[in-house]
Amino acid sequence: MKKLMLTNEAVARGAWEAGVKVVSSYPGTPSTEITEFCAGYPEMYVEWAPNEKVSAEVAIGAAAAGVRSMCCMKHVGVNVAADPLFTAAYTGVNGGMVLVVADDPAMHSSQNEQDSRFYARSAHVPMLEPADSAEAKEYLKRAFDLSEEYDTPVMLRLTTRSAHSQSYVELADRVEREPKPFVKDIKKWVMMPAAARGRHLVVEKRERELKDKELPEFYKIERRSDKTGIVTLGAVYQYVKEATDASVFKVGMVYPLPVEAIRRFAETVDELIVCEELEPFIENQLKAAGIECRGKDIFGLQGEFSPAFIREKLYGIKAPAPVSDVPGRPPVMCAGCPHRGVFYVLNKLKLNVCGDIGCYTLGANPPLSAVDICVCMGASVGMAHGFDKADSPLKRKTVAVIGDSTFIHSGITNIINAVYNKGTSTTIILDNSITGMTGHQDNPSTGKRITGEATAKLDLEKLCEAIGVQSVRVVDAYDLEAVEKVVREETAREAVSVIIARRPCALLTKSYPPAYSIDPDKCVKCRACLRIGCPAIEFIGGKVRINKELCVGCGVCKGLCRFGAIKEGR
Amino acid sequence: MVDMNVLIVGVGGQGTLLASRVLGAWADIAGKDCKLSEVHGMSQRGGSVVTHVRIGSDIAAPIVSPGEADFVMAFEKLEALRFAYYLKPEGTILINDQEIMPMPVITGAAEYPEDIYGRLAADGKKYISVPALELAETAGTSKAVNTVLIGALAKITGEELETVEEALKRTVKPKLLDVNLAALKAGYDFIK
Ligand SMILES: Cc1ncc(C[n+]2csc(CCOP(=O)(O)OP(=O)(O)O)c2C)c(N)n1
Repeated sequence: MKKLMLTNEAVARGAWEAGVKVVSSYPGTPSTEITEFCAGYPEMYVEWAPNEKVSAEVAIGAAAAGVRSMCCMKHVGVNVAADPLFTAAYTGVNGGMVLVVADDPAMHSSQNEQDSRFYARSAHVPMLEPADSAEAKEYLKRAFDLSEEYDTPVMLRLTTRSAHSQSYVELADRVEREPKPFVKDIKKWVMMPAAARGRHLVVEKRERELKDKELPEFYKIERRSDKTGIVTLGAVYQYVKEATDASVFKVGMVYPLPVEAIRRFAETVDELIVCEELEPFIENQLKAAGIECRGKDIFGLQGEFSPAFIREKLYGIKAPAPVSDVPGRPPVMCAGCPHRGVFYVLNKLKLNVCGDIGCYTLGANPPLSAVDICVCMGASVGMAHGFDKADSPLKRKTVAVIGDSTFIHSGITNIINAVYNKGTSTTIILDNSITGMTGHQDNPSTGKRITGEATAKLDLEKLCEAIGVQSVRVVDAYDLEAVEKVVREETAREAVSVIIARRPCALLTKSYPPAYSIDPDKCVKCRACLRIGCPAIEFIGGKVRINKELCVGCGVCKGLCRFGAIKEGR
Repeated sequence: MVDMNVLIVGVGGQGTLLASRVLGAWADIAGKDCKLSEVHGMSQRGGSVVTHVRIGSDIAAPIVSPGEADFVMAFEKLEALRFAYYLKPEGTILINDQEIMPMPVITGAAEYPEDIYGRLAADGKKYISVPALELAETAGTSKAVNTVLIGALAKITGEELETVEEALKRTVKPKLLDVNLAALKAGYDFIK
């Protein structure tokens, strides 16, 4: 049977067909749906882990236990999972293990544009990259075979465009596999220096073997011209096919690269061009092998490619351009978002805000303009402690702001550090009780597993108290007076404090009160209500108006009007 | 079903993803090759969103290039203007006649362009304005703007209503099917 499938769904299907037993992941665009689709197959145990390091470790354990396992993450997730990954490359596996990583050229929803292919090379693990949904499913299944055959974790790389594209996929059945026994062998499994030295030799030997084989099933040559040959991979392969009439060498195994096959291909064309997004990963390896080629000098390092981009760069053909004077439409916090009011208060108090990654990063944009620094997940708490210990003049005006999922991901150890080292920073946990940014995944604070099944609910207050935080306060995120009072008190305190601003995500609230409205007789058009940046409050034709289609009746704006012009209902 | 490149544009939360899925199911029923490219993952609403749909045979890239769309299906007027450059010279923009203010306009940092239809016409773009929100509300839910526009597209491309009804049946939840079928027909009948 043939089905139109999102690549991420095809990867999930591939895992199921390959007989995978355990899937552990942390959400991250554009990889999230893989694990969500996996949860639809009862034959696999599927979980959301609190972060990528944990997910990789669970997968390593399951593979050692003798079943096939998978963990999925976005590119920056591999930074978090890198520690277990590098050494799992030494221990090898028992049942097959695949780490799926999705890169995000152009940063559709990421904080950097790092290229995860380098991880495969520096961890010395093979990496495959498919070009569409059907190939994603096949490559994933082959990745599990390779993992078992070469006794190594294998990486499968996607990019936003391949992960979020749909094309036809031929479905197959699941093949159940007997779990292999875990055999005690400290030379293989216990990575102390003596054993690890032995395993490092194994890693080198395995890698050389794979390199020498240059498995032909993982590359493809399409001859069209003797003049130009283009080496490409993944989604970009599709663009090259469409935009050029060059001969194509499609790379499927990104690492180790089939260098000799590419050398032979290069000899059949006048010029060789490497067309790859992000870093010159393939180009530099070819150059190091003495194969003359061009690439980044034509295409550059930035962003996402497209057929139009390739046509322009290779042939100077310009595609129609957008009109320039159209106002932008950036994503915004939703109407009723519980984060909004907290940022309004932080802006009003002119605090120095160490932000974090989630829906609430949008608090940096006008009119809230409240986030002053944001780096990676969990960093807010550490950075606030850094401002504290630097004895910055901003020290008593600094707060960290972090979401519930992000706090559990990597904020907790930062709070432990601040308490342990006698810090005085204040952290605000924006607890909307869901992993919002990536599309509403459950996490340990929601009391539900990925399947919706009820489970233990992490108590953030008790956790902070147990860590030794001196003052833990809980406020209703919609009650701006209370938020302001608590923030003033806690930032003044010479001890580590945590404020939990709590309210469920507005998109998950089932029934809303009626929309608010503006009393035109009372409104003096001072526009103070616009400073909260709610998409439901508009200023059009000289009049303030509440859009009843968008307003969810959170009522936060009501308190901002000194003239009593904002009223409940019509 | 005719071969076509369709760019679906709108505001996050308007249901553009469902529209592309219905097109996919429609292509599947018609036995066409089809590739789609969606951007999703973010829960927050309100940003500009684009979905690419390509229907034909032996399709390589899942994205439509500027100047190559047969149809731009715009769920909002400003987004129609923003993405009009994707249109082929002989292509058509299908516009839901609705304005949603983006944040820079709400805060007064920018103005919502006046006379979008006039600008498109002056630029030589063929467009059809559909009161899709109104038609969807009449059909039973303001959320069915997507289905109204699909209905309009079906009629314009000379498709039988039944084929698209079948695509809808494969795509929407059973309890929402009736309102969506009504919305589909409203869009279909709107095009004369
Ligand atoms: C290391 C890493 N993993 C995953 C992500 C993707 N990601 C961005 S924000 C986020 C979670 C946000 O959830 P939460 O902190 O609860 O805040 P909310 O969006 O609900 O406001 C995730 C998983 C990332 N940016 N970095």
